[in-house]
Amino acid sequence: MSAETTHSVLPATADEAAHDGSEVHEVSDKQYVVIALILAVLTALEVAATEVGLGSFLIPALLIMMAVKFFIVVSYFMHLKHDSGLFKFSFYVGLGGALVLYSVMLATFHFFIS
Amino acid sequence: MSDTTIEPPVTAEPETPVGYDDGQDHIGLAHHTATGLSNTKLAMWLFLGSECLLFGGLISTYMLYRNRQASAIGPDQLWDIPFTSATSFVLLMSSLTMVLAVSAAKRKDERGTRLWLTVTALLGGLFLAGQVYEFTVFYREGLGYTTSLFSSSFYTLTGFHGVHVAVGIIMLLSLVGMLAKGKIVGDKAETVEMVGLYWHFVDVVWIVIFTLVYLIPA
Amino acid sequence: MAIIERPTETPARAGAGGLIVATPSSSYGYLRRPVQTTGWKSWAFTVDHKKIGIMYGAVAMIFFFIGGFEALLIRLQLAQPDGTILSADKYNQMFTMHATTMVFLFVMPMAAAFANYMMPLQIGARDVAFPRLNALSLWTFVFGGIFINTSWILGGAADGGWFMYAPNSSVPFSPTHGVDFWVLGLLMTGIASQVGAINLIVTALNMRAPGMTLMRMPIFTWMALVVQFLLLFAIPIITVALFLLLFQRNFDATFFSVADGADPLLWQHLFWLFGHPEVYILVLPSFGIISEVLPTFSRKPLFGYPFVVFSGAAIGLVGFGVWAHHMFASGLGPISVAVFSVATMAIAVPTGVKIINWTLTLWGGKLWFTTAMLFAIGLIVQFTIGGLSGVTHAVAPSDTQQTDTYYIVAHFHYVIFGGAVLGLFAGIYYWWPKVFGKMLNEKWGRWNFWLMIIGMNLTFGPMHIIGLQGQPRRMYRWTENRAGEGFFNLGFWNLVSSVGAFVLGLGALVFLVNIWISRKNPPAPADPWDARSLEWLTTSPPKEHNFDRIPTVHTLDEFFHRKYEDVGEDGSHDFKQMKTGEQVIAEEEAHADEHIHLPSPSYWPIILAFGMLIIAYGVIYTPLLLAAGAAVVILALFGWALEPPTADDSEFDPPSSDGGQPSKELAHV
Repeated sequence: MSAETTHSVLPATADEAAHDGSEVHEVSDKQYVVIALILAVLTALEVAATEVGLGSFLIPALLIMMAVKFFIVVSYFMHLKHDSGLFKFSFYVGLGGALVLYSVMLATFHFFIS
Repeated sequence: MSDTTIEPPVTAEPETPVGYDDGQDHIGLAHHTATGLSNTKLAMWLFLGSECLLFGGLISTYMLYRNRQASAIGPDQLWDIPFTSATSFVLLMSSLTMVLAVSAAKRKDERGTRLWLTVTALLGGLFLAGQVYEFTVFYREGLGYTTSLFSSSFYTLTGFHGVHVAVGIIMLLSLVGMLAKGKIVGDKAETVEMVGLYWHFVDVVWIVIFTLVYLIPA
Repeated sequence: MAIIERPTETPARAGAGGLIVATPSSSYGYLRRPVQTTGWKSWAFTVDHKKIGIMYGAVAMIFFFIGGFEALLIRLQLAQPDGTILSADKYNQMFTMHATTMVFLFVMPMAAAFANYMMPLQIGARDVAFPRLNALSLWTFVFGGIFINTSWILGGAADGGWFMYAPNSSVPFSPTHGVDFWVLGLLMTGIASQVGAINLIVTALNMRAPGMTLMRMPIFTWMALVVQFLLLFAIPIITVALFLLLFQRNFDATFFSVADGADPLLWQHLFWLFGHPEVYILVLPSFGIISEVLPTFSRKPLFGYPFVVFSGAAIGLVGFGVWAHHMFASGLGPISVAVFSVATMAIAVPTGVKIINWTLTLWGGKLWFTTAMLFAIGLIVQFTIGGLSGVTHAVAPSDTQQTDTYYIVAHFHYVIFGGAVLGLFAGIYYWWPKVFGKMLNEKWGRWNFWLMIIGMNLTFGPMHIIGLQGQPRRMYRWTENRAGEGFFNLGFWNLVSSVGAFVLGLGALVFLVNIWISRKNPPAPADPWDARSLEWLTTSPPKEHNFDRIPTVHTLDEFFHRKYEDVGEDGSHDFKQMKTGEQVIAEEEAHADEHIHLPSPSYWPIILAFGMLIIAYGVIYTPLLLAAGAAVVILALFGWALEPPTADDSEFDPPSSDGGQPSKELAHV
């Protein structure tokens, strides 16, 4: 499917051009390395938290760190933060939908109570 | 549907075919789309949005069944967190090399693109090798596919993810080959970027699996 | 490829000319590009959205008659006590396949046919965003449908009901391969829907003609867009469920084995998480169709266009939040039941908004009762009946009484036949002259309509009574001594229902007769209905490149406003016809675009789909076949990736003379 490529498209409006312009939000390779380091540190923290054990804080802490890593990759490596709202809509509706629907489903199994 | 971001262009050059995108480079003849966004990229994000529901279903199945192994072997006896952390780290770093490949492609640095794509594929291969090794160990310790609900849902979830990684590796290697032979149809940088989006998505799915499946105690 | 591109010369002419060779001189991937402009090859390898739309429709129609035949066998069996037409086993297969065929192989692809054909025309585009993916969707659906139906001759069809509840679908209860065929076939049609959804969303958002803002999009395109979003997010859920079932049956996984501690309700949740949005996937395209038909034949704009759009989107959104009302009888617990009960009642609101909009569109209009209009009005009436019985299901205590009785069968047939199917037939009569350039016969159309309406009410109306009297659905026979007395005698109403089914079948046959006797009709006028939207701004049938000039859109109902001018004074509106449709179209032809590029046909979509078919048989029979299919798929993927979507100029012999652009002259050959 990768063959269905398109070439450079013109931004439709000046406003979009500002958001789309690769110059404005181009992340340098150095910054990518820094972001990767942050991700690595977070992973280390996750593992450390599991080893130490934080009692009832462990699961919330792990979930928060997971979410932070998730959104760092999506926002910066996948450029979604600075990309079109339509892309954000496509992805976050899917993500949010999955989160809500499957949480409700698991709730009917009393998953969160046990 | 928020339509605030969608502004159709008000003028059209008569010689510009509006609409269908033939994927070829006509220098100086940029194709409009009504939103100004690339067809391929929009399609890829829609696909990734729908993939969230696929993996969401598999993860939910696992979460529901993760403690159902009766007297058979369970996660607590099996997990080797240091090992899995290492393979997770490898996959995470492959996202870095992937983004470097995209960055090189945007600079039209072909050699750099091919190099980083190859490294990404290698890291992906290393992750898969780790997964195969892990499965083998688990199997020897008595965790077959049909042993318990836990084992079925665990292997199904991680297997689906593994297949996605494998498909990604094939795409990366094909891309390296096609770049080398100049066989890419359309915009090279964008093709690399599309493979990149897919690869990063596979990575974020693993970020979720690593926490929910391995780190959170059963 | 007839009109636009270089290899337009037919072989005969090439022979006469002696010089022109209509084959590509270079190849991409491994195969040379197909260039046939006539014969079956011009259809099998086409990427033209119009041809693909026609094929979608034709195949869906065939499945409609197969599914209808299955329904008639079911009604024959139940017409008399102790029916002997079908064995219990065959009966199970029959109702499962009837539902599967009608839902997945008729209504969904028929809606896809209209979306494929009409969406690019309605938004002023020359094709969809990804023409080859479009061909892939078609062929994956066709092969998937054929695959499921081959189970009849390969050991028996699926027999678990269309929702295939676990653990009843496991091997011990369903030992033939029927369920495997069903699972793999639905995975294939699911791929078709998923790919189609992505393609059509990108098309609707990105391919709009200049000036075509979202709120100027024709309402059918809007509803089709909402449906594609529903498919995009619902298909992955059923995919998960189908894979779990496939692994359960073929690799001995235990996802639904109660003995191993499984929750069979997991299947029900996953199925209905998909299954309820599916209801709106079936019915929203028809809502879109009649929202085009009603204004045209009322000579009025659609009443409250924004409300119709947003209520459609709201139905789509809320449709994802009501799935558990299919499971009230499964012991969900009082809180879940209450929550889903309220959500279900809420979804009646946007649906009611639509019905009011349609009624007010009719109000005060100069009504023109064509067959298409009759079907559209039929939808409003029949669907409302189905909607009202639906509200009775939202009340959980009442639903508990009705679950798994014929009352449910009555309800969803009023919704799906009365809603989706009547709307599709409205679309067929409305757009037939657009697609084929000939009118369907109106007299036979009326017979078609009235036989179907009378037939459906005779068939499904009595099922309310039968159901409330307690006849369970899916029982393969009923006995006289438990049929009851007097007005509520089950035997009488079962017989009425069976007679009705044959009236309905007759109505469907009349449709075929109509096609047959209309085949020699003279060419239809370009604008037979005095229509309103953009698809009529071109010849019928449309040229291969759809529009000679890409229209610039200024308003909703663009075509109408090009024909009519508002001569009303002081804020009152009075539209006066200034031009005929033919004149408006002629104006476009006079200003035709130069340099029209169209996508080129390709072998790869059909080969890729065929590879998936081989894989599917391989999963059931032998890994060897599976490997062969996988090889075909991989080959096709690489061929696809290496082939440019539009043929390069160097592929044509002789190459063009005007610097690589097909010339305007050729565009008018």
